[in-house]
Amino acid sequence: MDAGRNSQANPMKNRTSVERKSERELVVSRIINAPPRIVFEAWTKAELFQRWWVPKSFGLTLLSCELDVRVGGVYRLVFRHPDAPEPMAFHGRYLEVVPPSRLVWTNEEAGDNGQVTTVTFEERGDRTLLVMHDLYPSKEALDAGSGSTDGMDETFNQLDELLAGLSAERS
Amino acid sequence: MVQYIGTRLDASFAALSDATRRGVLEQLGRADASITDLAEKFRMTLTGMKKHVGVLEQAGLVTTEKVGRVRTCRLGLRRLEEEVMWIESYRQLWDARFDELDEVVEELKRKERVDGRRKK
Repeated sequence: MDAGRNSQANPMKNRTSVERKSERELVVSRIINAPPRIVFEAWTKAELFQRWWVPKSFGLTLLSCELDVRVGGVYRLVFRHPDAPEPMAFHGRYLEVVPPSRLVWTNEEAGDNGQVTTVTFEERGDRTLLVMHDLYPSKEALDAGSGSTDGMDETFNQLDELLAGLSAERS
Repeated sequence: MVQYIGTRLDASFAALSDATRRGVLEQLGRADASITDLAEKFRMTLTGMKKHVGVLEQAGLVTTEKVGRVRTCRLGLRRLEEEVMWIESYRQLWDARFDELDEVVEELKRKERVDGRRKK
């Protein structure tokens, strides 16, 4: 009967970490203060998913969100951003659905350059270690797709130029 | 050349894969510091910090200069900061998402507790 006592426990925020594991892989992880079955539910029910996937602070409006969470099922998210004239759509299909521990889906808005996303929900006591792993078909796809902006491409091009310059100086 | 750039980028991303080393870069972004300063700041032995700085130096993210007995570290290539910036902006997006996810799961947990009590 101590449900009431612990319900306000630990308002401390868990840390989100992002690692570029290799030139084709990005990994995001964080502890969530709920067991996997609850976190899994929040990732697979459209009415819950759309409440957190589009953070209010990013100025995006979600126009629609359809998730058909089963192997081979498709998902489609449509957003509007004040700076973009047309709504943007993110879409793909689920490759693996293993409640409440694993989800794998494709990202097809970038054609063949899209990454495959694997999310695992690992039980840690009454909490969940959430690991989201993005595997891109190539390094270039990751560089181009990261942040989904052309600006990023430019940054990496400048970086390449700079490194090329330096290596020439040193040799 | 392309091979060299690739190797160089691999080294910088490997260097960035460690939380302490990211912290060191953040710190050096504010001000240059000696290895001793950094070791104190990150509560680490001098040897441990030297290793981290070595990895960052090899990746070209940090340069060091020894004057007398003090080795001063500063940020290396300015452009490489953008790698950090990019990872950081991506992290912020996910952090914001997870903050909202926290709220959703709290609500689900509350609901489950209420439903659980009802069943009893």
